[in-house]
Amino acid sequence: MSEQYTDEVMNHFLQPHNVGTIKDPDGVGRVGNPVCGDVMEIQIKVENDRISDAKFRTFGCGAAIATSSVLTDMVKGKRLTEALKITNREVTQALGGLPARKRHCSVLAEEALHSAIKDYRERLRGKIKRGEEPITRCCPDDSCELCQLLAKRSQEIAKKHASEDL
Amino acid sequence: MTDKRRADAGNVTYLDHAATTPVRPEVLEAMLPFFAQKFGNPSTLYSVGAAAKEAMNAARAQVAALVGARTQEIYFTSGGTESDNWAVKGAACALREKGRHIIASKIEHHAVLETCRCLEKQGFEVTWLDVDGDGLVSPDHVAAAIRDDPILITVIHANNEVGVVEPIPEIGRIAAQRGVQLHTDAVQSLGKIPVNVDELGCNLLPISAHKIYGPKGIGALYVRKGTRLNKFMHGGDQENRKRSGTSNVAGIVGLGKAAELARLELDDETKRLTALRDRLIDGISASIPDATLSGPRHNRLPNNVHFCFKGVEGEGIILRLDHAGICAASGSACTSATLEPSHVLLAMGRPHEVAHGSLRLTLGRSNTQADVDKVLEVLPKTIEQLRAISPLYATSDQ
Repeated sequence: MSEQYTDEVMNHFLQPHNVGTIKDPDGVGRVGNPVCGDVMEIQIKVENDRISDAKFRTFGCGAAIATSSVLTDMVKGKRLTEALKITNREVTQALGGLPARKRHCSVLAEEALHSAIKDYRERLRGKIKRGEEPITRCCPDDSCELCQLLAKRSQEIAKKHASEDL
Repeated sequence: MTDKRRADAGNVTYLDHAATTPVRPEVLEAMLPFFAQKFGNPSTLYSVGAAAKEAMNAARAQVAALVGARTQEIYFTSGGTESDNWAVKGAACALREKGRHIIASKIEHHAVLETCRCLEKQGFEVTWLDVDGDGLVSPDHVAAAIRDDPILITVIHANNEVGVVEPIPEIGRIAAQRGVQLHTDAVQSLGKIPVNVDELGCNLLPISAHKIYGPKGIGALYVRKGTRLNKFMHGGDQENRKRSGTSNVAGIVGLGKAAELARLELDDETKRLTALRDRLIDGISASIPDATLSGPRHNRLPNNVHFCFKGVEGEGIILRLDHAGICAASGSACTSATLEPSHVLLAMGRPHEVAHGSLRLTLGRSNTQADVDKVLEVLPKTIEQLRAISPLYATSDQ
C-alpha cells in the first residue's frame, strides 16, 4: 500500500460530507483524545431503527477526516444492526485504501459510530446491548504500537461496561 | 498524492527551506565537470586525481571562510546527520576515560537527540537542559549542570523547528572557562545569520550543503584544533586520517560553491528574508484568531515562521496548503512516523493538543512578497475550514 493518500481520501478530506452536528441527536459518540491528536465525534438521528441522518466533527489528520466523512455516508439509511456490521476494512476499501500507518483512523471512525449507536440504545433502554465490543487491533502485527493502544483502550471500555453491568 | 492532483511545479510556492533547498545553477555548474571529466580519486598522485584534490582544497577554504575557521579544521562528511553523530559519539568515545556525563538541550535536532539517547543506553549520563517558553536555553542552567567533569555540552545554534537562536557565545564562554568541549549544530543557521566558530566558542560545528542551496549527501564537520575526537569512519584514512571513505568530490565542490555564495550574499539575504518573515508573522497574527507564534518574535532565524493553531491538526493544514500549491511543514504527530508531537514544542511547554496543530513556513531565495500574500490569502481560509470540521473549536472560542 502506498504511503500517499488516494484521490478518494483527498476528495473526502477536501470536501467532507456530513460535517457538523444534528439538532437533538438520538445518539452521540465521541472517541479519541486531543493529546493523541485524534478526536472524532459522530451524531446520529434514528427513525424506525434506521439511521436517518449522520453527521461528524473530527480533529485529526486527513485520513481521520476522510474516514469520518465516508463512514457517515455509508451508514445513512442503514438499520442499526447493519451499521454495526460495517468494518474498518470496508471503510478503508471505500476510500481506495489508506497508508499502513493511517489504518487506525478507520478503526477510530468505527469506534465513534459504535459509541453513537451505544449512546442511542442506552438512552432508549438505559443499558448497553452486549456484543458491541470495540475494535482491539488495526493489523495482525502484535508489536504494532497502535494495536497496543487500541487494546488498552478497549480494556478500559470493557472495564467501564463491567461496572455499568453491576 | 497522484501526479494529476499535484500542483504544477511552476506554480508551487515553496516554503519549506528548512527541510531542503534547490541546488543553485552556479553550484550545479561548478559540480558538473567532477562527475565524468575530472572524475579522479583525489587520494591518487596522477594528474586526474590531482585536479580533484585541488578542487577539494579550494572547497575546504570556501567552507572554512563561511564559518571563520582554518581550512585544516574542516572535514567533509556525508551531511548534517553524520556530522552530528561523529561529533557526539566521537567526543564521548575519546573522553570516556575522563567521564560519562554529557549535557544536552531538550531541543536538539534528532541527529543529536537520538545519538545522546543511544549513548545513554551505553552507560553515559545525559543532563537534558530545559528551555523556556520561547525555546531558549539558559546559560545559567548550563553552568549549573557542569557539576562534575562533563565531557561534552551540546546546544543547537538555531532550532530547526521554531527557529529560536540560542545564546551560544555565552554558553561557549562558560564551556571554555570550565574546560568542556562544546558542540553546536549550525545546520539551520548557516547562510541565514552570521556563524563564526570563534564568536560561538564551539569545538565542533556540523555543516550541511543541501540547506544552503548545495547538493544533498554532503556536509562537513568543523573540528577546532586540539579537540578530543575519535574517528567514526574507519578505512582508507581520507580527510587527514579523521574520516575515511572516497571523497565525494562533486558534492564537496558543490558545498564549497554554495558556502561561498552564502557568505557573499548573507547580509542582503538576511535583510530581505527578515522583512518577508515579519510580514508573514504580522499578517497571520492579524488575520487568524487563536494563532500562537512559537519561539521569540525577533531572536529567531530570518526565514522561520512557526505557529500553532488552536483546534486543528497539523497534517490537515499541510494537505490543504499543498492543494493550494503551497509546500509547508508541520511538527504534528500525523506527519511523523511516531504518535508523539514535536519534542521541541513539548519542551517549550506547549500542551500536546496545541503542539498537534503546528505549521512551519521557512522562507528562502525564491520567495517574494507575492508568496507572502498568497499564504495570507490561503491560510486563514484553510484554518477556518478545518476549525469548522473540528469538535475542539467551538463557536464560543471564536
